Amino acid sequence: MYIFNCEQHLAKGGIKIKTINTSVITENVARMCQEANFNLGEDVMEAFKKGYEQEVSATGKDIMQILIKNAEIAREEQVPMCQDCGYAVIFLELGQDVRIEGGDLYEAITEGVRRGYTDGYLRKSIVSHPLERKNTGDNTPPVIHTKIVPGENLKITLAPKGGGSENMSQIKMMKPADGVEGVKDFVIEVAKNAGPNPCPPVILGVGIGGTMEKAALLAKEALLREIGSENEDPEMAKLEEELLEKVNNLGIGPQGLGGRTFALAVHIKTYAAHIASLPVAVNINCHAARHKEVVL
Amino acid sequence: MTQIRLTTPLTDADVEKLRIGQQVLISGLIYTGRDAAHKRMVDLIKAGKVNELPFDPKGQIIYYVGPSPTKPGRVVGSCGPTTSYRMDPYAPELYKLGLKASIGKGKRSPEVIEAMKKYKGVYFAAIGGAAALIAKSIKSAKVIAYPDLGAEAVHEFVVEDFPVVVVNDTLGGDLYQEGIKIYAVK
Ligand code: SF4
Repeated sequence: MYIFNCEQHLAKGGIKIKTINTSVITENVARMCQEANFNLGEDVMEAFKKGYEQEVSATGKDIMQILIKNAEIAREEQVPMCQDCGYAVIFLELGQDVRIEGGDLYEAITEGVRRGYTDGYLRKSIVSHPLERKNTGDNTPPVIHTKIVPGENLKITLAPKGGGSENMSQIKMMKPADGVEGVKDFVIEVAKNAGPNPCPPVILGVGIGGTMEKAALLAKEALLREIGSENEDPEMAKLEEELLEKVNNLGIGPQGLGGRTFALAVHIKTYAAHIASLPVAVNINCHAARHKEVVL
Repeated sequence: MTQIRLTTPLTDADVEKLRIGQQVLISGLIYTGRDAAHKRMVDLIKAGKVNELPFDPKGQIIYYVGPSPTKPGRVVGSCGPTTSYRMDPYAPELYKLGLKASIGKGKRSPEVIEAMKKYKGVYFAAIGGAAALIAKSIKSAKVIAYPDLGAEAVHEFVVEDFPVVVVNDTLGGDLYQEGIKIYAVK
């Protein structure tokens, strides 16, 4: 095994290496936990307004208005928009020319979550063991997904995830022969089955391809995309539009009380698949579609 | 949309006139409870210790919620409804003891709907996720039982014009089914 010394590398290749201290990471994560829970994104607000205009049910319209008002109160008074302040899900994009100093990177993030949820009066919803179910008291640990990328930046995205909508998410290992029609049927089935439980209006993240866990991750990553942005793949953009219309035509509506605004958006992400498989995951995000990012 | 005003405690007559889809504003005392509190309450009922319940369910409303912590200077944290199906195994026992309504979000089981018909109870939906707004209708809050459960402890709330929608009425009606039928595109 060869171990390259960082400084030698620098001297020979002239590669720039950025150093980031873990205390900066902790501070940023703590701040983002609060900001994400207090300030709903502009894209979601815009989607609420559009939903309000388009909704055909009177109760549905009232609900859309209530959600706009709720987000405004949360922002003005700096209180959580929803009492379920979520599981702290974190996506890291770590540039390969970044050096972390001052301690353990994951521990620094965990400390950020701990401080953010404690200082921000956010609800602690995590139990340490799925069967013993004792609350950890500080909303840790987070779930961290790390990607190593070229460059000298560290991008941290925090997406607190509510339990109600997570519980209605599903994954299915389909047959390649099921094709696009099979995928559509599955997405519609998931929406129907979810009904009022995930606090509609929702955003559907659909991951197609990869392996089982890859499909689930794609679905979650798809939820991070800005609402109203176009899918880079024109075929998938079309499929997103078709699925949005189909799930809204189920009549579930806001809060499942009847109407045409079950989903604000459908976002699809794909990846190469095995010749024998067609994994499809649908991750549902409620209207409290919270995320914040920072580039260090 | 016309809104009906109700003040707790509720009588059979109060709930019998409610119909699915109606918007209701609730005032008075309501009680909170989630999974763990329900388990404890139903264990007491099964052990014949009804008098040890945190409150007498007769005529009352239970709200399925686990509030976020209260910021200093405020009455309560954000407190929207949690998904109700997790309380389905326990709810019939409470309706049997005279509970008049529960508030949550999401579908109820056929057993709960049957219990509401039989014992004259209703199920209201609060707006899931509208937690900062809902907190505005809560005028005072205190923990009355199971403080060890944290957010899941039983609270007594004094509410004023707490906004809900009737989802299941005493006739067995279900807005989650009827609403979809109206707006589904065939
Ligand atoms: S599903 Fe979302 S909006 Fe609904 S209670 Fe959970 S976090 Fe809040």
